[in-house]
Amino acid sequence: MSIMEPTNISKETLKSMLEKNKRFDGRGSMDFRNVEIELNISNKAEGSARVRLGKTEVLAGIKLAPGNPYPDSLDKGNLMVSGDLTPLASPHFESGPPGFAAIELPRLLDRAIRESGMIDLKKLVIRAGEKVWTVFIDVYPINDDGNLLDVSLIACVVALKKTMIPNLKENDLPDYKTPSKTPLPISEETFPLSFSFFKFGNYLAMDPTREEEEMSDVRINFGISKWNGQYMINSSQKSGSSPFSRAELEKIAEILPQKFDEINERIKNYL
Amino acid sequence: MAMKRKDGRSLTDIRKMEAKVGVIPNADGSAMFKMGDTIAIAAVYGPKHLHPQHMQNPQTGILRCSYDLMSFSVNDRKKPGPSRRSQELSKVTQWALEPAIDLQDFPSTVVDVTIQIIQADAGTRTAGINAASLALAHAGIPMKNLVCSIAIGKLDKDIVVDLDKSEEDFEGGEGPTDFPLAKLANTDQYTLVQLDGKIQPDKVKEVLKLADDACAKIYEIQKNALKEIVEQ
Amino acid sequence: MDTNTEAHEAENQEDVQSEEPKKRRVVVPGEVIVSGEDFLPGEGTRREGNDVLASRYGLAEESGRVVKVLAITGAFIPRRNNVVIGRISQITSNGWVVSIDCASSAFIPIDESPRFINKSEMDQFLDVGDAVAAKIWSMGPRGIDLALKSRGLGKLDGGFLFRVIPNRVPRVIGREGSMINLIKEKTGCEITVGQNGWIWIKGKDIESQIKARKAIEMVTDKIYLSGLTDKMEAWFADN
Repeated sequence: MSIMEPTNISKETLKSMLEKNKRFDGRGSMDFRNVEIELNISNKAEGSARVRLGKTEVLAGIKLAPGNPYPDSLDKGNLMVSGDLTPLASPHFESGPPGFAAIELPRLLDRAIRESGMIDLKKLVIRAGEKVWTVFIDVYPINDDGNLLDVSLIACVVALKKTMIPNLKENDLPDYKTPSKTPLPISEETFPLSFSFFKFGNYLAMDPTREEEEMSDVRINFGISKWNGQYMINSSQKSGSSPFSRAELEKIAEILPQKFDEINERIKNYL
Repeated sequence: MAMKRKDGRSLTDIRKMEAKVGVIPNADGSAMFKMGDTIAIAAVYGPKHLHPQHMQNPQTGILRCSYDLMSFSVNDRKKPGPSRRSQELSKVTQWALEPAIDLQDFPSTVVDVTIQIIQADAGTRTAGINAASLALAHAGIPMKNLVCSIAIGKLDKDIVVDLDKSEEDFEGGEGPTDFPLAKLANTDQYTLVQLDGKIQPDKVKEVLKLADDACAKIYEIQKNALKEIVEQ
Repeated sequence: MDTNTEAHEAENQEDVQSEEPKKRRVVVPGEVIVSGEDFLPGEGTRREGNDVLASRYGLAEESGRVVKVLAITGAFIPRRNNVVIGRISQITSNGWVVSIDCASSAFIPIDESPRFINKSEMDQFLDVGDAVAAKIWSMGPRGIDLALKSRGLGKLDGGFLFRVIPNRVPRVIGREGSMINLIKEKTGCEITVGQNGWIWIKGKDIESQIKARKAIEMVTDKIYLSGLTDKMEAWFADN
């Protein structure tokens, strides 16, 4: 697979296409690629999903294990989000210590999920102050054709929606073998989604393919969900150095709720 | 007397297997291999440039393998990142695949093979090797043969083919034995030999015969996966 | 004859995949292709006793007594005279380093420029990030040397590049250029196809460029179908 960097002519042509609200694959600048979801891809996980967005594919798996609460949140369960950008998905991912992208991805996912309040961590206490459930969310990209963040969050959220809390044996050991009837305490209305926008010269577009990511100047993502009937932005990170103008940030904030509804509709069919 | 196993198989039946190539578009070659409930996915990138230079071999390209379990592939979550076990299995996988490939025409390059287990129900290293062998072929890497891998085991005194997890955990009688093997298809050359348990030396002949038969079946599954993408 | 057909006919590479796929047989490594002392093991095969076996996955082809296996997947394996498309990655004191997406590095010596240029002017001819169409002139242990002095080669202006699987390129070109010429005619685009899988498209407007790219991607997806040229004609009629 190629690791040739983008050429000057390709960048110029993309610019002229975005001016007419078009991209290489014929999409408009604010169009999302086709979403495909498959649930329960690992029967050893308490919840799991495979999500495809165009050719980008990510697996997410949820595991629950009893653990000690953090000293500053003795009345809450724990949440831990990890991601391994293994060399499966892209020639850019190498074995060894994680590069910045590998560190950033799980942190952004964690923020979007935690701040949305989707999981009621207070209901994950086994014995107050002593034992709580830790929810482990692990994300593995299988093919990187751009926008791993948005796809990964969909995979995490969809997997969480189907996650069951394991039964506990007397000695606080989880019983992974017998089926559980207790779903993870999650709010039905909250459905955190992430939207990544990339900037190219003076143009903005969403859901970049890998080649578009490589041609872009800078990216910004927003995590958005619903809370008490209202749209709430839960997280954001600008990645890269070029600045965004105030007008651009306002335009993005305006378009977020409508995109949230649109993608939510598409995903609902799978749940 | 043919003893039936928990899933209804005879002592010498392999589990239901499935194979598919081209599952990772970015990779030069890729494959998924399923043995019962064990699912492995493999990607091959290369031959490509190798950094750092001191690792290059001017006589030939080199093969680099990495095997690991996804954290949610097992009941007790596995912390992401390489463990001692995954490092050992990465190495024996490399040794299992190397005799099959020929990288003399690609000096100073590397072929990277990455194997990840999505769901683990015993036999993960064998599923990994089966997937990796397919991915290498799919990548057009010069290969003498495909590599087929199977684990032979024991349930008390009986030799069995392709243990699942419940059988691997069996404790009665002479206890469990795990004998993973891999060979170059259509030859008598074994490229992976490992053993864990208790087995009488005079049973080894029977084990190898059963491995031959099982690998012949695995070869057919691998061959079909490579052919079906062309003949559709 | 345009660049691609000319460059293509000049190559040693066989235009196998543009023929009806049914005449070829797909083989896996270690599979017996033919038996007999008379057969000559060609590229991608080896002899073991009486048999000629496949030494890689691909399409087995017999031409006369020679038996070959042609790759249908995998990374780009460079060959002399291949036309390739690359990106200038570095300017050195005596030429340009070019990325052409393979294990070896590629180089354009300074005297490949059409007129004499000073070392200080090199970036005016080819700058980092520029796209070029070049021909593989020689291959050695230190890398690949590229030539620009042929019709249709040189710096690519305007348009854009994208990548397909390198071994599908002969199908994109077609027998005597039939497929690529169909696409050019229907979209009005200039197209140069590199054997390394990189393709350059330049068109009068955005729609035609998007259409040309989509058509090429469809061809590389469906290379195993027979009568593909007719199917593409039909697709153009509908779109």
